[in-house]
Amino acid sequence: MLVNQLSVFMENKEGRLEQVLETLAEGNININSLSLAEATDYGMLRMMVSDPEAGKKALKEKGFMARLTPVLAVDVADEVGQLQVVLTKIKQAGINIEYVYSMKAGGDDGATIIIRTSDLEKTQEVLKA
Amino acid sequence: MIWNEAKECMSRDQLQTLQSARLVKLVDRVYHNVEFYRRKMQELGIEPGDIKGIEDITKLPFTTKADLRDNYPFGLFAVPQSQIVRVHASSGTTGKATVVGYTRKDISVWAECVARAFAQAGLGRDDVIQIAYGYGLFTGGLGAHYGAENLGATVVPMSTGNTKKLVTMMKDFGATAIACTPSYLLHIAETLEAGDDIKDIKLKAAICGAEPWTEQMRKQIEEKLHINAFDIYGLSEIMGPGVACDCIYHKGLHVNEDHFFPEILNPDTLAPCAEDETGELAFTTLTKEGIPLLRYRTRDLTSISYAPCECGRTTARLSRFKGRSDDMLIIRGVNVFPSQVEAALLEMGETSPHYMMIVDRINNLDTLEVQVEVDEAFFFDRLSELDSLTKKIGHVLQQAIGLAVKVKLVEPNTIERSMGKAVHVIDKRKLV
Repeated sequence: MLVNQLSVFMENKEGRLEQVLETLAEGNININSLSLAEATDYGMLRMMVSDPEAGKKALKEKGFMARLTPVLAVDVADEVGQLQVVLTKIKQAGINIEYVYSMKAGGDDGATIIIRTSDLEKTQEVLKA
Repeated sequence: MIWNEAKECMSRDQLQTLQSARLVKLVDRVYHNVEFYRRKMQELGIEPGDIKGIEDITKLPFTTKADLRDNYPFGLFAVPQSQIVRVHASSGTTGKATVVGYTRKDISVWAECVARAFAQAGLGRDDVIQIAYGYGLFTGGLGAHYGAENLGATVVPMSTGNTKKLVTMMKDFGATAIACTPSYLLHIAETLEAGDDIKDIKLKAAICGAEPWTEQMRKQIEEKLHINAFDIYGLSEIMGPGVACDCIYHKGLHVNEDHFFPEILNPDTLAPCAEDETGELAFTTLTKEGIPLLRYRTRDLTSISYAPCECGRTTARLSRFKGRSDDMLIIRGVNVFPSQVEAALLEMGETSPHYMMIVDRINNLDTLEVQVEVDEAFFFDRLSELDSLTKKIGHVLQQAIGLAVKVKLVEPNTIERSMGKAVHVIDKRKLV
């Protein structure tokens, strides 16, 4: 399923992540999952939130560089090797995976994985097949 | 030691007579050979005949770096190109280089001036001198090289970049002197200290220039290396290093006044300043053939003293430089204008135009960091794209200013917007 991820550019400065979380909390926006990738001078905060549009608006009002990025939310069974099956399909189709993080850890309903690839549409087709 | 006693120690009266004769010839030459000066003089309503001596110099037009740029590349040359044996260039404000040309005689005058400077530092034919300025379009390397050869010393053309090799050769060759930027010399000193090599070197003097430095830094160098450190001044527009240099008494830089006539001007009114009053330094190249300049505004702030020096020289002395009357920065000997950074960023068009240059001196080497705000339109979610944007900006800036730059992407609206004149530079080097 194609979903909107909230991406925030953050300088590596003390307290910056806290300010993002505070802004979202003030806007009554719930964070379902989050991943923080870091480079030397800055980081990229990627989140699945209850209302991405409202989240982006709230952050931009506070001066953050935020945008919505389409990503794929893929359900996988909570069993050994299931994520690998999904990734192998993508790889075999010649699609490059840019990043992956987990949204829902698992349990009886299975797990949900967030995937960003070089070609989201094609990835969707590959996974449906 | 005084290299050319006849010229460096002549009475002020004799010197004025010489300067007057040379100025009259110079004005005649530029009026007839350089369209730019002929037009300027006509605009001011003066003819060569109006200039009868050095006291008439204030009637003459000024020259600025912009004039060199507008006449790029050879427009201000006063001789046919067949007589030019070498060109040098330094960076200009908009990426266009400032080009200067030398005749064979110019090269020999230059070598004479630099030899005087080395002699002032107590050096001669028995010395082994390492030249550790960059060789190339920059005047530092070749300028110091020809001067040291003229002196008769054994010259080691190191250039810059390989400190380890420099240190090894300094020991193995028994180098007694080095010519380089002061910050590079401090870096060399630290390398020597780290390797416990100071006891093995024979260095006795250093001739440093091409960037501003303080009296404290000079003393620091002297203490670390147990040498005498001398301040050499020059700029490519006038000649290169060797326009002025200080002597063992370190009470100002002796100007080679028989070749370069100095004036100190109020930077706002351009009226002459009194002796010992700080103002902008301007030079008229009394003997230059390739690209003679009238009253070239250096933008360097200093004062001048005509009092005789204990060393015996009678030439005027410039006080230690107190800064600049424009926003030019000198970073690792390279002239950098904030407008170059701005123009490059705007031309590239993939960032916001808000930037901040942070100049620092880390381990005695100048560093330049340029902070650029991430622009909405070029903000990517992928780190690899941000990384390539950072690299691209770094490459574009390096092409524009000729200096390696550390680029740092920052969040929008974090660079201060100023209401008046925008502040684009934070210089953390403590120089004054």
